[in-house]
Amino acid sequence: MNRLPLRPLARILDARAQGVNPLTIEKENLRLRREQQRDAGRRRAEWRLLFLATAFFAGYAAIGAKMGMLAASPVVESEPYVGESISGERADVLDRNGNILATNLVTHSLYAEMRYMVDGRRAAHELVQIFPDLDEERLAARLTDPNRRFDWIRARVSPEQAQAAHDIGEPGLLLGPRDMRLYPNGTLAAHVLGGTTYGEQGVTAAEIQGVAGLEYAQNQRLSDADLADVPLSLSLDLGVQAAVEEVLADGIAMYNANGGSAILMDAHTGEIVAMTSAPTFDPNDRPAPALTGDPADSPLFNRAVQGLYELGSVMKVFTVAQALDMNMVTPETMIDTRGPIRFGRFRLSDMHSMPASMSVTDVLVESSNVGTARIAQMIGAEQQQNFLRRLGLLDQMPLEVSETGRVRPQYPARWSELSAMTISYGHGMTMTPLHLAAGYAAMVNGGTLVQPTLLRRPDAPVGPRVITEETSRIIRTMLRDVVTEGTASFGDVDGYAVGGKTGTANKVRPEGGYYQDRTVATFAGAFPMNDPRYVFVVTMDEPTIFVAGQNRRTAGWTVVPVVAQMIGRVAPMLGLRPQTPAEIEAGMQLR
Amino acid sequence: MRALFYLLTAFGVIGLAIWAYDQNQKTQVAIRDVRGLRAEIRSLHEALDVQRAEWAYLNRPQRLRALAQMNFERLGLLPLQGGQFGQVDEIPYPLFGAAVGASPEDTL
Repeated sequence: MNRLPLRPLARILDARAQGVNPLTIEKENLRLRREQQRDAGRRRAEWRLLFLATAFFAGYAAIGAKMGMLAASPVVESEPYVGESISGERADVLDRNGNILATNLVTHSLYAEMRYMVDGRRAAHELVQIFPDLDEERLAARLTDPNRRFDWIRARVSPEQAQAAHDIGEPGLLLGPRDMRLYPNGTLAAHVLGGTTYGEQGVTAAEIQGVAGLEYAQNQRLSDADLADVPLSLSLDLGVQAAVEEVLADGIAMYNANGGSAILMDAHTGEIVAMTSAPTFDPNDRPAPALTGDPADSPLFNRAVQGLYELGSVMKVFTVAQALDMNMVTPETMIDTRGPIRFGRFRLSDMHSMPASMSVTDVLVESSNVGTARIAQMIGAEQQQNFLRRLGLLDQMPLEVSETGRVRPQYPARWSELSAMTISYGHGMTMTPLHLAAGYAAMVNGGTLVQPTLLRRPDAPVGPRVITEETSRIIRTMLRDVVTEGTASFGDVDGYAVGGKTGTANKVRPEGGYYQDRTVATFAGAFPMNDPRYVFVVTMDEPTIFVAGQNRRTAGWTVVPVVAQMIGRVAPMLGLRPQTPAEIEAGMQLR
Repeated sequence: MRALFYLLTAFGVIGLAIWAYDQNQKTQVAIRDVRGLRAEIRSLHEALDVQRAEWAYLNRPQRLRALAQMNFERLGLLPLQGGQFGQVDEIPYPLFGAAVGASPEDTL
């Protein structure tokens, strides 16, 4: 801003010349300058006011808008309930009908904090009254140790014990909430469920981790916090599972067996309705794995999915089915069954004398090793191997339990003609009962593969076709004949058209060769045979019974009657109405 | 006039302040209530879980089987048999209309 001089010399001189008082010029200029300053000041003040007003307006407008939005918005729970539930740490496991197989229970853990501890010695003395297995001396030493700040006493105590510990009145003894995995049915489906243990432990909570079975294999799903309130539904049926376990246990006791296993599976969807292995254990109190001896003798061993056995004659079904499917034979084709077959230094023979030639149906029904070996020779080793591989019998069979991980069927690296002949009747390769169940399902359900599962899956997609529907129909008729007139004659159950194939295999000596007096007896099949709904595989380890003057070890004498009893129990529970012989006959013809 | 305006404004501000304070208190009470209710729901859920677990434990097949055996003389319970299935026409339906006086169509 240009400051004008108050007394410009030119005007002063002019004024003096005209005789005017020069001071008036100065006053006039001073007045103009003041006015100028006042105008500038006012403008600035106006700007400031405007700025302040805008700022205030914007501030109040923001607050008002926020309040309006809050008032207009619907009420939402700021903290939803779901995440807060302590018991929701691990999802429940239910059977197919919603019965609880595994759930969580809030119990207490007992710990000591030394900074609150008044009389550690007395606390130790009182605690030993509640928990007699604690060592009083060592506990007292721990509770009075000045260098210790914290100590676990019990990871899990019952409500009574918690109350008793509380009643000691020692401020240093504290109870924390603790989730516990509970299997209310005890030993039921123990091998399927497996068991849990504690992972990371804190004072207020502890992480539950699966250690075996489904609890391990599905650990991620079960411990997913988002799905903690969504129970995991299994395909098992509690009632059927209980009946199967009861009948199998009775059978094992009756036939003096070491153990056994049973699988009952939906023939079309692969849903496993019951699966058990005996001897069993209580998953609430899972025993430690045996460090000595054969792990297969441990109750923890799941024979149904871990037990690799040479299953014997039950394998003949696959041989016959393949030959039928390749149009090499018909059920009536006569097979030379003169034995023994000499092959190098080996002899293949039948367990009892057979006619010189038999029809394919009779080879299966009477279970002729020689006849089956001849059919295998017709098929050829490579074709046989391909067929078994297509059925999934040479690879791991995945299932939602941890134990399947390392179980792989064993078969000769070089699949020679001799191997093909022995494998055709179930010797020289091992597989698990689960493999067998999956294979049999494909044989009888119309010829499509199924994928066994423990999870509820009612709308399973139809698997790839492995044999034609016609072959499957013939196999069903043959399996039915095995029961009505063959080796499994004790297996029939009125109205349920049981069909199946027996298998008795001598057990392998650890040092090589076979035991002559120790067998694994298997009965595999399906019911009702006119429209197979369920596939079963039941095995018993070293069963024996003295009947009609001699010790019987074959499946027909041991495991077959057990299966018959089992089906009589579970078929009505599964909602199957018994059919009249005429209905069965009509069904067998039609399908 | 101006004094009255000021007075009214002052009273308005005081009134609004009281209202805001009241709302604040009510909100805090409501939040406390909700917290209490949540805790109650949680404990009820826990209790429910315990009841469900206990129900499952008491109804475990092993125990029911033992009870059925122990009380066999009184109850005569046996496992379900295939022969217990019946046909629909074996069920004796009550006679229509006999007691109620309604026609079969009405009853159906």
